[in-house]
Amino acid sequence: MCDTCGCNLTPGNKHLAFKPVAKGATAVSVLKGLLAKNDDQAAHNREHFDRRGILAINLMSSPGSGKTALLEATLVALKNEFTCAVIEGDLETENDAERIRAKGVQAHQIVTGTACHLDAHLVHDALHHMTLDDVDILFIENVGNLVCPASFDLGQHLNVTLLSVTEGDDKPAKYPVMFRAADAMLLTKTDLLAVLDDFDPDKAETHLRHLANPAPVMRLSARKDLGMDAWLTWLREQLAAQRARVAIGQSRRPAIQSDGMKYHSVATS
Amino acid sequence: MHELAVAQALVEQVDAVIDQHNATSASLIRVRIGPLAGVVPELLATAFPLAAAGSRMERAVLDLVTAPIKVRCQTCGAETEAAMNRLICGACGDWHTQVISGDELLLESVELETAPSPTPES
Repeated sequence: MCDTCGCNLTPGNKHLAFKPVAKGATAVSVLKGLLAKNDDQAAHNREHFDRRGILAINLMSSPGSGKTALLEATLVALKNEFTCAVIEGDLETENDAERIRAKGVQAHQIVTGTACHLDAHLVHDALHHMTLDDVDILFIENVGNLVCPASFDLGQHLNVTLLSVTEGDDKPAKYPVMFRAADAMLLTKTDLLAVLDDFDPDKAETHLRHLANPAPVMRLSARKDLGMDAWLTWLREQLAAQRARVAIGQSRRPAIQSDGMKYHSVATS
Repeated sequence: MHELAVAQALVEQVDAVIDQHNATSASLIRVRIGPLAGVVPELLATAFPLAAAGSRMERAVLDLVTAPIKVRCQTCGAETEAAMNRLICGACGDWHTQVISGDELLLESVELETAPSPTPES
């Protein structure tokens, strides 16, 4: 494809070429992802993780669905098995990082000010404040928000999306961009299901399937230590899979993004 | 709400295109957005003038093209249109599908202005 002979014309852009363009004006076809700069930085972050054999997991959910409580319980459970580290993203305060440090785990807080999501550059800056040498699993707790974080690759290998049972079971249908990006969906605070008659875990799972997402759905309560074993087993499997990938020089991006890239490059070549 | 960040990324990319082609400014910027990209075209259109203020594209027209959502069924092979929160096969109803259009966020093309070259009349 070139920008001079017209071979880049498509039904979508040809009216540009045939418009009487003013002298000294040219139309060029670009066909590049708008967030290419973020994606380049994310790829760089992923190389950092892969070089050290680290599994990086991006946790996303609404505010208050229990991301930090899940991390606290997970870090305690894995304390003697793996070295974990945490990047916390919030608009303000060091509160979450302090909660993680209280469990004896390295944590770096990103304070975004007014920004509603983390991006690859913020994560990269955070990595420079951390000691990654012996880390097995890095958790990135994104800003509590079911909209914006879904659009920004951070360099993670997996997206884990939480849905607490105090929210509606139709959240995957309402926020399809977020839930489509999930490599695992955790239904949290399930100890409260007994007193909530309007949340149906099966319906939540059906809504997820309607997004063509085959991700495992795990039901748990971090506070009451219910269902944690399945989650911890999944984490162990994912770390083993990451080590196997690293051993043969491969990596992994959250599923939908690589699929999307594949189809769009086919569509535009 | 993150559309301003997207608009800033767009301005950076178009700026690079202007440099690559030794142009002076951009007059039209065409972006292709699928509903599943998580970017609202109206909000991006509002954010763009803020991000582009003072740049070489501040007078550019931003043309936002919406891409349709299409899925390919892994079970029956059909390609059908789908709704944003119902990405199931339109032919057989299976949810084992892959999105083949509708999640893109692409800078498609840019129309550039170049300075008239100072060639003397012969």
